[in-house]
Parts: sequence; structure tokens; C-alpha cells
Amino acid sequence: MKLRPEDIETVREKIRSVTALRDSDDRARITVHMGTCGVASGAQAVLDAFTAAIADSNLEGVSVMTSGCAGLCSSEPMATVELQGHPPVKYGNLDADKARRIVREHVTDGKPLDDCAIGIGSERGG
Amino acid sequence: MSGSTTIMLCAGTSCTTNRCVAVREALEQELAQQGLQDSVEIVDTGCHGFCAHGPIMTVQPEGIFYQRLTASDVPRLVSEHLVKGQPVRDLMYTPPEGGPTIPKLSDIGFFGKQRLIALANRGLINPESIDEYIGRGGYDALATALTQLTPEDIVKEIKSSGLRGRGGAGFPTGLKWEFCKAAMGSPKYVICNADEGDPGAFMDRSIIESDPHAVLEGMAIGAHAIGASQGIVYLRDEYPLALQRVNIAIEQAREYGLIGENILGTGFSFDLTVNRGAGAFVCGEETSLINSLEGAMPEPRTRPPFPAQCGYNGKPTNINNVETWANIPHIIARGSAWFASIGTASSKGTKVFSIVGKLRNTGLIEVPMGTTLRDIVFDIGGGVMNGKAFKAIQTGGPSGGCLPAALLDTPVDYESLRKAGAIMGSGGLIVMDESTCMVEVARFFLSFTQGESCGKCPPCREGTRHMLNILTDITEGKGEPGDIELLEEMGAAIKETAVCGLGNTAPNPVLTTIRYFRDEYEAHINDRRCTACVCKALITYSITADMCTGCHACFKNCPTQAIVGQVKTPHEITQSKCVKCGMCKTICKFDAVRCE
Repeated sequence: MKLRPEDIETVREKIRSVTALRDSDDRARITVHMGTCGVASGAQAVLDAFTAAIADSNLEGVSVMTSGCAGLCSSEPMATVELQGHPPVKYGNLDADKARRIVREHVTDGKPLDDCAIGIGSERGG
Repeated sequence: MSGSTTIMLCAGTSCTTNRCVAVREALEQELAQQGLQDSVEIVDTGCHGFCAHGPIMTVQPEGIFYQRLTASDVPRLVSEHLVKGQPVRDLMYTPPEGGPTIPKLSDIGFFGKQRLIALANRGLINPESIDEYIGRGGYDALATALTQLTPEDIVKEIKSSGLRGRGGAGFPTGLKWEFCKAAMGSPKYVICNADEGDPGAFMDRSIIESDPHAVLEGMAIGAHAIGASQGIVYLRDEYPLALQRVNIAIEQAREYGLIGENILGTGFSFDLTVNRGAGAFVCGEETSLINSLEGAMPEPRTRPPFPAQCGYNGKPTNINNVETWANIPHIIARGSAWFASIGTASSKGTKVFSIVGKLRNTGLIEVPMGTTLRDIVFDIGGGVMNGKAFKAIQTGGPSGGCLPAALLDTPVDYESLRKAGAIMGSGGLIVMDESTCMVEVARFFLSFTQGESCGKCPPCREGTRHMLNILTDITEGKGEPGDIELLEEMGAAIKETAVCGLGNTAPNPVLTTIRYFRDEYEAHINDRRCTACVCKALITYSITADMCTGCHACFKNCPTQAIVGQVKTPHEITQSKCVKCGMCKTICKFDAVRCE
């Protein structure tokens, strides 16, 4: 589909209902950071563990996304976990075990993991 | 803990009423007892506005926030946090709803000091989804540029934003566009230089990997301004993920009619191709890049004519770096005045750096121009790892310079770094600690540029080779009086006379290490000593008999069986067998192995 200038806003509205957690039906979003640094440190295994843990627990309304480098390459693999109505939490130095714990403790029980969380909130843009 | 720790103790009226003076006294006493009085600084601050929780303090650079402190909490806080590096959770601020004790991103030095423009979408979108880019405001700037702005308006806007080339040289982008716009000839080309070759630099790769559409949108806007119909992304082939993502992005943009024929129905046509670079460092130099695109030897061309008049296929060509292109949509969307309000008088906006080396935090950062190197090393980078002392920071990769601790307050802007003998470069920052030999560093960087010299001009081809020979001799203990002066003379001459940026900058690491670490060169040449204990020809390992317990660990681990001695008696090193690998020094728990 070739867009006209006025179509850009339509595309935006449509995607926001999918990507912006507050506009979507999801209750949680996990974003695995998969730049070269993340992939090289094992982000694929972390991503697989997240999706498997969600499937195993029959969790609904939890989406898993991938994105680029989160910046702190020395702490890769990293992931950002956001629950509906709460600020996002950035995790670092993840592995498959920690990913499963995050699904259990943070996503399911609502308690972020103190020991592998790097920080809470968003970066300063613009 | 390194020497960079600072305790920000609130000394506002309210905290003073809450006995922060007693906390301060207890801190001073405890720090002295632990021998930390010189490495931890206590700073009295004004009111934090969080009086209900006083006395409060923040430990930097980690930005850990403690509250409701009493003098009796202090010994535990010092021994746990400052000695062992483990923040004391029960003294930290807990939000009222009983939430977790995870620090806020904005309070963490690494994230809090950054300001994202070129990296505005990093970690927030799926780089393989154009919809998500559009969802974050993407392609609005292109629509504005095509429907509301004339090419003249756009060039004027970029000029008044003060944006300068992020590839390293810092030429004003708007001016470069103006030259190409005014040039006669058709078709015109815009090129994205993504041939990032500096060792330890990955700014361009990360931008393309996390947000490829920002680069494409910037290029389309630039093409409209200049009157170009063709674009080329020159991407080094060592970046497979970036290549995959930029190709996906181009396909998606073409499908939406955001590149290709009749973009957004406005009649403007512009298409893009990707060219994979074959890995020659010199291709980052724009005329070599053009030669490479044309299938010729990657050698620089003499200028004039400049690429703006006679570039790719002899046509007017505008080349900008990845980060420069990624800034364009933001400038068009938010206005040049907004962009020009960030940064310093002569350097506007932000700069992306990859920070690597002996730092606790390594990674990719974006900071406003004018941020000091000290902020980058200590607040963002978290200081030097393993408690070692900071020695030098290399800006601009192999073309840049090594700056010492005394220059850590240098702000990052084009002029300040050039004045210090370094360059902004494309944004690679390498931090070195006390165990780094600066002569060896200079030799390493020069061996890189020497190997990458295309060989076209004699100053670079022959000059850097001779400089490298001299440096190799010095590190091998064969330096002679007069070598330093000869290196300085040759370096200055090569900078003056080489044809392109590679040769013009190759002597920088040598010249800056001589300028700031001359004593190390002199020690190598005159005393045959390498004070950092790196250059093997100049060092000797020995075991101090009265410190050696005879634990036998070095004996077992020495790869050449150079260590002799019975268990529980002092050991010795047979010098003729020693290959100076340093294994014994690393393994000794009793600090009995000396290197000098």
C-alpha cells in the first residue's frame, strides 16, 4: 500500500493499539534487546526462555517483542519488562533461568526482581 | 571502590535539624577507619526537597539514595556499600506503596546523564517494523519536508540548527548540502557512510540495528533538499545484522511509497540501494568511498573538485555519516531552534559514543555536546574497573589522541578536543588504566593505520612505516636518544602533507602520547624501563623471598617451567626460561611477584 501524507496518522493509530501497552489489551510486555551485543551474549536463549515460560504458564495478555541495543552492552543480554499501569523495568545480565523467574515473579506475581533489575523508568529522549 | 565515589549529603535546614551533622561526623570517622578518607569525597548539598525522609544522602556514581539515616547506620553502610560495593537495601528509599528497591533509570549515572536524539528509538521499537517507527512519530518529518517545505527551507533549517558532520571532521552539514544543491549536474546522489572502521567503535552499527528508518528518512529529506534521486548506503560487510535490518527497512519503506517513485504522492522520487564495503579503513574517507563504489582502487582523490561538484560517477554527491542522517528527521520535526538549544556555542546537539576499555559500564551512549570527559568516564562509565587508576582516554579511535587525567574536564566539542590534540572522530572512546603502556598504545594504533594506509601518498605510506619502526624499536628496548624528537618532526610533517584524513590524523596517537606521557617514552629510551610493565623486552619478573610462602601456585601454572622451589620455601624465577607472560603475578595471592 502506497501511503499519502494523511495515511501516516492512520498507520500510527493502528500500530499504537498494538505497541503502546496502555492502548492495548495486553497486561504485560517483555522486550528483549537484540542488537549484535545482545545476540552475542545470548539474547536468543533468553527470548526462547521467555516465550516458553509464558506458554508453560498459560499466561494470557503477555506479549514478547524484540528490539535493538539498550545501550549498556556490558550488561547484555538485557530485557525491559512493563506491566500495565507501571513504569518499565530494565533487566541486565540475563540468562534462561532469570527469564523464567521474571515471568513467574514479576509478570505473574507483580514483584520485580531486585537482584537483576538495573533500573526502573524510561530514558530521556529528545 | 575506585577513587570516584562521592557522597552527596543533604545539608539543607531540614536535614540539619534531623541531625545530618552527626551522620557526617560518623561518616568521616568511619571512612578514616576504613582508610577510605582519600577515595571517598563527602559533599554537602542543598535541600533535595525530600525533607520528610531526612537525613538523606546519595552515593555517586551509582546514584543510590539513602534516607532516614542515623549515625549508628553509618558503619554498616560504609562497610557494605563503600568497601564491598553492596548497597544496603533496607536503608534505601522505598516508595510508599511498598514497591521494589530498584533505582530509577534517571538516577543511574549511565542512563541519567544521557539525552537521546539519534538514538531516540533505541530499545523501544522493533527495528524490523516500519509501523512501529511510524508509531513513534516516524516519517512525519519527511511528509512535512515534502508537503510544506521547499528545498531551500530545508537547507536553511539544517544550517541554522548548527548540525556538524558526525563522521569526525565536523563540517557544517547544511553548508555541505548547500554546495551540492548549487552544483550543476544530474543525477545527484546522497550517500550514507556506514563504513565504520575504527577499532572499538560501534555507533553507526547500533543506530542502524536499532532504528534503520531514521537513517532512511534523513536521507530522503536530504535528497529532496539537494535534488538527488539516488541514494546509496555504504555499509561495511562485517555488520550482518545491520545489513539485514537496513535491507528490510528499505523494502518496507518502498512498499509504503516512502522511497521509490512519487513518494507520498508528492511527485518526488528517490530510491536507495545498499553497497557492502569490503573492509578497507580508508573507505571511510569520502573520496575513497566513491572510488570503491565505482569499482576502482579505494584511494582518496585530490580535492578540488569536491564530491559536491564531482563525486560518484562524476556527478554531484553528498556524503554524510549514519549519525548525521539520523539527526535530520528530528531537526525537521522539532525545528532548528530546538536542536541549536542543545550543546555548546560551536557544537550543537548531542553526540553518540561507544565507550569501551577498562570501564565498569561499557556500551553505547548519547550525550549533549559539552558534556565533560570526566562525566563520561566516571558518571556514565562508572569509573575504571577493578579499582585501578584512570590513565588516559582515547577519543577518535586510531585517528584521535590520548588525553590524560589532567584533561578530563575537557568538554566534548569539536574545538576543545582539537585544541587538546585529539579529535571528536566518529565517537569511539577507549579508556585505559594504569596498567596500559602509552608507548605500546601509540605503536598499536599506528600499526593499525599503517596497515590500512592505501599507499597512494608517500607521507602516509612511507612516513607512518618509519614512525612505526621507531616505535617498535622503543618498545623492544632499542630506542635511541633523539627518537622522540624525530617522531614529533615526522608526525607534524605527515599531518601537513598526507593526501587524506587517514594520513592527516594517523600521527595523532603518537603525538598526543608524547605530549602528555613523555616521561614514559623517556623511561623506555633512557632507562630501558616500561613503567606500566607491558613491554616484554624491558621488564623482569622476580619473586620477593620474604613474601613468598612457597604455596607452589606459580610453580604449577608457569607455562615454561621457569619457576623453581620446594613447597613452603621461597621460589625463584629462572630468567633464561621466563617468557614474561605475567601468569605468576596474576596467580600469586601474596603479592610476592614483582615486575619492574
